[in-house]
Amino acid sequence: MKYLKFLLVGIFFGIVLVKSEAVSWYRIYEMFRFQSFHMYGIIGTAIATGVLFLQISKKGIIKSIKGADIFVPKKEKGITRYIIGGTIFGLGWALIGACPGPMYILLGTGVYSMIIVIVAALLGTFIYGVLKDKLPH
Amino acid sequence: MEYILNPWPWYITGPLIALVMALLLYFGKTFGMSSNLRTMCSIMGAGKAATFFNFNWKEQKWNLMVVLGAIIGGFIATEYLSNDSATDLNPTTIVELQNMGFEDSGTTLVPNEMYSIEALTSTKGLLLLILGGLLVGFGTRYAGGCTSGHAITGLSSLQKPSLIAVIGFFIGGLIMTNFILPLIF
Repeated sequence: MKYLKFLLVGIFFGIVLVKSEAVSWYRIYEMFRFQSFHMYGIIGTAIATGVLFLQISKKGIIKSIKGADIFVPKKEKGITRYIIGGTIFGLGWALIGACPGPMYILLGTGVYSMIIVIVAALLGTFIYGVLKDKLPH
Repeated sequence: MEYILNPWPWYITGPLIALVMALLLYFGKTFGMSSNLRTMCSIMGAGKAATFFNFNWKEQKWNLMVVLGAIIGGFIATEYLSNDSATDLNPTTIVELQNMGFEDSGTTLVPNEMYSIEALTSTKGLLLLILGGLLVGFGTRYAGGCTSGHAITGLSSLQKPSLIAVIGFFIGGLIMTNFILPLIF
């Protein structure tokens, strides 16, 4: 039961991303060709709402389920890993038209060849883990 | 009902995605859809090959439930909450894609030219999916997060590393879509 709420959040997330067409390969293509406002609208309003939520919660008005302060972990400082890693991620995102969330959601919509992408993504993560100490961060 | 069955507008879905982030923070967790890849590597024994995978993955079980939910959500949305309305793409996009050999743009979520069984049986088709997956899996861990972790959570909490990562996402995406895709197709 402890995990039911996370399953429900996942289901909600999956439904929202399908209904918004954010899982569409074509929407990602359109975004990177600057031919539609749709994806920018989604990302923009998500961030605006997110900023609002976090600013309000900072004032202590919203607490977590356990009564603690809402907490977002700080990302490590650095530039190299974010630019290089980000660019590599972007190349893949635009090629397959899906980032990690949509990969799973699309599998649920019946795109079974997505299993190949997911297995390859696992392999990519594994390769990073092995090479981690040799890469500039 | 029609409102639910038709595609939802961006100004509705953007805030709903932020709600997903808010709910997970409320539950004391963080929204990020790529860390589960590392968790799955650990479960499969990757810790024997690299210390990066030596962590207590049992604490990440909640995240795997989110993943399972996302798969179920995708199923529910297509089976019960959708009609056959096509994606309302820019006509220019459709023409461009047609010239590259993509037919029926927007009638499905992903192009058959890449994801159908026929595409999979060709070496090129198979290699593209594998390459795409490798880049996403490697890049997201290198960058310490993906679209949900950096673009939504990181930017919402005004973190500079996330801004740099998102700039990277766009550099890569722009290069792929504008320069490499036309060479491939």
